[in-house]
Parts: sequence; structure tokens; C-alpha cells
Amino acid sequence: MIDTLETLTENWADRVAETADRGGTLAIRGGGSKAFYGGPELGEPFDVRANRGIVAYEPTELVVTARAGTLLNDLQAALAEQGQFLPFEPPHFSDLATVGGMLATALSGPRRQAVGAVRDFVLGVKVLTGTGEILSFGGQVMKNVAGYDVSRLMAGSLGTLGLILEVSLKVLPLPAAEKSLRLTMDESGALDRLNRWAGQPLPISASAWHDGVLTLRLSGAVAAVAAAQRTLPGDALADDEATVFWSSIREQTHAFFAGDAPLWRLSLPSAAAPQALGATLIEWGGAQRWWRGGDAQAIRAAGAVVGGHATLFRATDAMKAEYGVFQPLSGPLLRIHRKLKHAFDPRGVFNPGRLYPDF
Amino acid sequence: MSLDFSTGDPRFAVDRPALIARLSVVLPADALLTVEEDLRPYECDGLTAYRCLPSLVALPENEAQVRAILRICHELRVPVVPRGTATGLSGGATPHPDAVVVSMARLKKILRVDPFSRTAVVQPGVRNLAVSEAAAPYGLYYAPDPSSQIACTIGGNVAENSGGVHCLKYGLTVHNVLRVRGLTIDGESVEFGSAALDAAGYDLLALINGSEGLLTLLTEVTVRLTPKPPLAQVVIASFADVRRAGEAVARIIAAGIIPAGLEMMDKKAIHAVEPYVKAGYNLDAEAILLCESDGTPEEVAEEIVRVVEVLDNSGASEIRVSQSEVERLRFWAGRKAAFPAVGRVTPDYLCMDGTIPRKRLADMLEAIEALSRKYALRCANVFHAGDGNLHPLIMYDANQAGELERAVAFGAEILELSVRFGGTITGEHGVGLEKIDLMAEQFASGEIAAFHRLKAAFDEDGLLNPGKGVPTLARCREYTLARAGTAPVTFVAPKS
Repeated sequence: MIDTLETLTENWADRVAETADRGGTLAIRGGGSKAFYGGPELGEPFDVRANRGIVAYEPTELVVTARAGTLLNDLQAALAEQGQFLPFEPPHFSDLATVGGMLATALSGPRRQAVGAVRDFVLGVKVLTGTGEILSFGGQVMKNVAGYDVSRLMAGSLGTLGLILEVSLKVLPLPAAEKSLRLTMDESGALDRLNRWAGQPLPISASAWHDGVLTLRLSGAVAAVAAAQRTLPGDALADDEATVFWSSIREQTHAFFAGDAPLWRLSLPSAAAPQALGATLIEWGGAQRWWRGGDAQAIRAAGAVVGGHATLFRATDAMKAEYGVFQPLSGPLLRIHRKLKHAFDPRGVFNPGRLYPDF
Repeated sequence: MSLDFSTGDPRFAVDRPALIARLSVVLPADALLTVEEDLRPYECDGLTAYRCLPSLVALPENEAQVRAILRICHELRVPVVPRGTATGLSGGATPHPDAVVVSMARLKKILRVDPFSRTAVVQPGVRNLAVSEAAAPYGLYYAPDPSSQIACTIGGNVAENSGGVHCLKYGLTVHNVLRVRGLTIDGESVEFGSAALDAAGYDLLALINGSEGLLTLLTEVTVRLTPKPPLAQVVIASFADVRRAGEAVARIIAAGIIPAGLEMMDKKAIHAVEPYVKAGYNLDAEAILLCESDGTPEEVAEEIVRVVEVLDNSGASEIRVSQSEVERLRFWAGRKAAFPAVGRVTPDYLCMDGTIPRKRLADMLEAIEALSRKYALRCANVFHAGDGNLHPLIMYDANQAGELERAVAFGAEILELSVRFGGTITGEHGVGLEKIDLMAEQFASGEIAAFHRLKAAFDEDGLLNPGKGVPTLARCREYTLARAGTAPVTFVAPKS
């Protein structure tokens, strides 16, 4: 099996070099669960799912290494068997979601506010560059500062720097206890409380406010969750109801996300005041705010004014083309981006325009 | 001792008088050091075996002055070596003979502490501990706590992606920094990260952390502050053999416990520390583990019971739990003073920094014992056991002919073994000058070449901190040939 996969990735390296030679481009594709995210898929479709399987998993090391085509569901099931999990709670958006897509999009779920994002758990990667080289960066240990941190750079690069072949991730034990609470509160009250609570040693692992209702999730030691439940206001949700609710936020199946209106993601300082931009759902203690519809230019400006940024998360291709998916970069940053792209994919083979139209 | 920068390392043709004339226009008189007696204190960092007198030292007071220095250096093709308080242990701030050392020591303002958003905005020369002190009135602190936290700066912490004894639970610097403001080598302002949890585009913030001053100069850092846990308690377990201690570490993790700190010291370290600090360590133990639990009183009580049970089942010969904050600090004092304590029992020492998978801890300790005999040098071991990060302290006497060379070779063997065990040559101290040849042990030429291309995306002319972090490909080839036995090994040799 391993020999076959090594042959496979070597064949891919040849294909990449051959494509580059004739000035072609490749659109990397896993399960297609996040194909909607970012710019258009331009180039010959390149299905990378054959490169799948868990390479190494040692629960006592808190590290798992998986090939990029591994189904996210399969990886999570293997971890759950050992009482461990991916703490950043990645969204799937489809049962076909792969580990490679998880890293390339770097989308994190509700627990991000408490534990960190995908990039915070990346320890190492193996990538196929635009020159057809297979390179390994980082490793399988928690602390590693040898060489530049190319592994974390791959998180969120949308395949524009290379084809991710393998990733090593830090994992954690599942929390011993979880409890969700619900209370009624207006937006500014919720933002105020969320920021105050975040400054106290409370085990809040997720938060979501929408339409006058704030839902909190507590995770941690049994005693810590019980103590926090006594401290915090709100009524406890039944466990199965809580599971369904947090899944609906993570997977965007909650009623707020229904319909065809454009979906904006604003990443803001958690303490930023309420933004009067339309219907909103707030996560991550105030640091991630979702909008439906609204004035695109006003949303982009709002993000920049308070030191954050706006992403046109789901929209028609026409709207994405008009407003761009991601917040425009400053001149110096854009230059660095172009040069980094050139450093890993000098002939622009991979996913052109998926991150920014410029490269 | 001086450092030989002449063999294959980048050199620059610098017209020193012209450079001084240009810099004098943009800097106050007391912000430019030019004479040898003033330059001497800057000849090394914490890796004192490597010394080199810089061409000049600049001490800017604000970002505008830093920008002016960079513009002049960029225009005249003069290398720049950034420097904080130079507590680094890998030679990352060792001067280059042609360079202007840019000391960030005067950029030491805490610009803002915002308890509501749990962030602090600081200049790069602010000391690590000063951030936590400024945040303390709000029940907050800055989590990464390298042992040098009294002296080391936030700018240096970002440059090295520093860790500390609590990073298994609270993360490294990269996990606790939200935004970095800096200047490119040509003096342009750049911001990596943002005041939010992420930023648009590539995750350049992750790249800047641990980039050892090779990509940009930092001028401002926004750090995340963490609520101070109401209670912390530490368990000390003594073991009659190191293998059992190593296995206990794996068992704690296997039990689903993520301690706030999990440290290990061997007998030589214990014996160096105990007379110096009187921490109450068991002098008969072959190894001790320090396992800290923090959180609410309920949480800590629950975890301590579980930790004690695991340690008991792992064959600990003695287990003690701190019963007060005074006692907890005393138990930690020994670990925190380990480096100076070893410094008292030897004229010189080299501190290694490999990381290995936890399951190889005992194998590594046994291998180090064998190497200690091979090189006839003592070695005390202090490990961040929870994340497999090792700090063997190789003791030598620089005044005894050949001892430094033996110590360097001893260290190299430990780091090679770290890579073979599936780990890395540096967990938190950085590559700097010290481990530059060993990069070839961990990376093939393809990765090394990619690192050079990445560097060029920020600094095309290679002016920022030249000769550090990533070896030239020629140097990698030399090293590889030497290791294959076809050529003599020459490490970056500190020469007498």
C-alpha cells in the first residue's frame, strides 16, 4: 500500500512538472465540500483523494499524521476511539470532506475561541510544490523551531503554494464534561458579557448569539464545568439538543444560514461594538460575526475600521468577482504574497486565483 | 574566542566611514556606537562561546529611526542584525563583522493593556515578565514563560517562537501573539496578523514567529492575555530509574491529562540545583518529575488525585504535593534555577535543545549517559518532558584544550539522535549560528533551497541577520560529506 502511494505521489510530481512545462494549471480537488470557498476553480481538475490513510497515530504522543485525501470523518473516528479529538472542531460541510481541504481552507469551528485554530495544531506537512518537488516541513513533535514554519503557512493557503500530501496534527483528549447554557440577551449585552467572561478563568468552549438568544458551551473537568454552571446565568440544554445545536452552527445548517442571500464572515476584535449591517450571528466570543446580505462595501469597510477583515464566504461567482472574496491586501503584503507564491509555485500551476485574483 | 565568518559565509563590502556619516544624520549622538569599547558588550548573546565584534551598534528610540536605519542599510547593502536583550542561546543575535547591530532595547513601552479585549500592545524591547506584571491588576497574564522571562524581550520571543515550562497547555509564542507590526528591509511598514483572531491571505504571522530576525524587523507586538488560574499545585515524584520516569510521562498523557507543566530533571541536575536553591528535591532519586495542575480549586483537586494515582502506578519512589503557594514556588525554584545552578559547578556549559517523541525520553537519557563517557564530559539533563523538549547541559572548561570541541561534538551527536528518534534539532532556542550545520541533518537540499527562496521573498539581498538560521547549500553538502566519512567534520568552529 505504502509503495503504491509513493508511486502515486511520484506520478503526481511528474504530472505537475509536465503541466508546468506546457503552461497549464491544475485545480486541486478533494471531496469538494469546500469548493464554494474562495475564488473560482480554474484549471484541469486534479482529484487527490486516492492519497488517503492514517500514516501514524500514537495517542500518548498526542500526534496523528494523515494523508491529505483521508476523509475527515475517518480521521475523527480513529481519534474518538482513543478518547481524543481535533480540538479546533473543523466544519465538514459534507461527508466527503478531506483532511487536505481542512488544512487548505483552515476553517475552524465553535471551539476555536477557546483552543485555537487549525494552524495552531499543525505540526508538519509534506507538500508537492509547483516544481514537482516533494518537500517535508515541520515534524511530529510539539516544539520545533528548525527552519521557517512552512507547515503553518500552508493552513489557509487554498492550495496555491502546493499540493498538500500529508499533515501531522497535535490532538487532545476529549473533555471529561460538557454542558450548554442558554439565555436571552440583546447583542450589545451579549458582546459585553462574552468579553468579560473571557477575562475570567471560566471553561467556556463555544458561544453563539443570534436574534436575542445567547448559547454557551462549557467544556473541561467535571468539577470545573459544574462550578461554572453555578456561576453563569442561563438554563441548561439537554445534551442531545446541545450537540444538534453546535453541529448546526459548525456545519452552517442553522436556519440563519439558509437561503441564497450572500454570507459574509467578519473576523473582528472580540470587543468590537455591534455592527449595524443587517441580520447577524455571532460566534467566538464576538470575534467571528456572520452576516446575510447587506451592503458589500460597508461590510468590507466595517471590518477594516476596527482592525479585522471581511470574507465573502458564500455568494454567486458574479458577486465574488465584483467584490473579491478576501479583504484586499496592503501593497507590501501583496508583494510578499506574490513572491511567496513564486517561491513554491513559480509557474503558477496550482489553483490560480483561488485566494487572490493576482496569483 | 572569536568567530570565523570568513569560510563561505556571506560578506559585505561596507564603507564604514560613509555609513557612520549617513546614520549620524538620522540618529541622536548617543544612539550610535562606533568605538570598540562601546561595541564590546554587544559581541555575543547567551551563547557566549561565539563572539564577534559588530561594525556598529544603533539604538533607535522609535519606529521612524528604525525605518531610517533600514533604508540606509538597504541602500548601501549593509547587513543588519536585530537584537533584544540577547538572552538567546543559539547565537541568533551574534553580530556579523560587517553588520549594524540594531538594538531594540530602547523601544520598551507598553503601549496599551486592554483587559476587556484581553490584549496588550507592546514595543519589541518590552521584557516578557513586564507584560504579565502590567496585566496582573486585571487578573490576566502573558502565558509563554521562557526561563529567561525576567530579562528576555517580546521581540526576541517572537523571533525565536519561545516556549517555556507551560507550553504543553498554553502554547508557544506563536499561539499567543495576535499581530506583529514590522518593517521590511527596505523600510516599508507591514502588519502580520490582526487585532482579530486571524487575517486575510497567507498566515504570515505564523511565518514571522520563529523566523530568527531573518525576515523583518519587529516594531510592535499585540499579545493575547490569559486569565490567571485561581490555583496551581505541583506534584513532585522521585524515581529510582530514569526509564520509569520517562514511562510515567507517557502514562500521564495517556490518562487524558494535559498538565500545566510537566518537567523532568536527572540526578546530575538535581545535585547541581539542590545545594544552590534548597528546593527540597530527593538527592537519592535518579530522576524527578514536576507535574503542575492549574485552574479552579475544584478542577485542580480533581486533576491532582488522578496525577498522583498515575505516578503511584508508575513506580514513583516518593510523591509530594505542594501544600501552599510558597511551597509550590520553592518546588519550581529548583527547576527554574537549573541553568545557573549548573553554571556554578562547571566553568562553561553548552545547552542543547532537541525535541523527541515522549516515548523515547528514557532511550535518549541512556544514550546521553553513553556519550558522556565517550567524550569524558559531564552532562546534566533538564527536560520539558511534557512536550519532549530536552535541555541537556554539557559541562566543559574552555580553558582546557580540546574540551569545547568535544562539547560541540557531544551536542551534535545528541541532536542527530533527536532527528533519528523522529524529533528536531531545536525545540525552542532556534538554529541561529549554533545549529546551522545540523540543519542538514534534519532537512534535505530541497527544503533548504525552499527556505532560501522564502527568505528572498522578504529580503532579496540577504541583508537581515546573514549567516544564521539556514545554511547555504554548499555548506549542507560539506556537512553531509563530512558525516558520510569522506571529509573531516568542521562545525561552525568557535576558534581561540
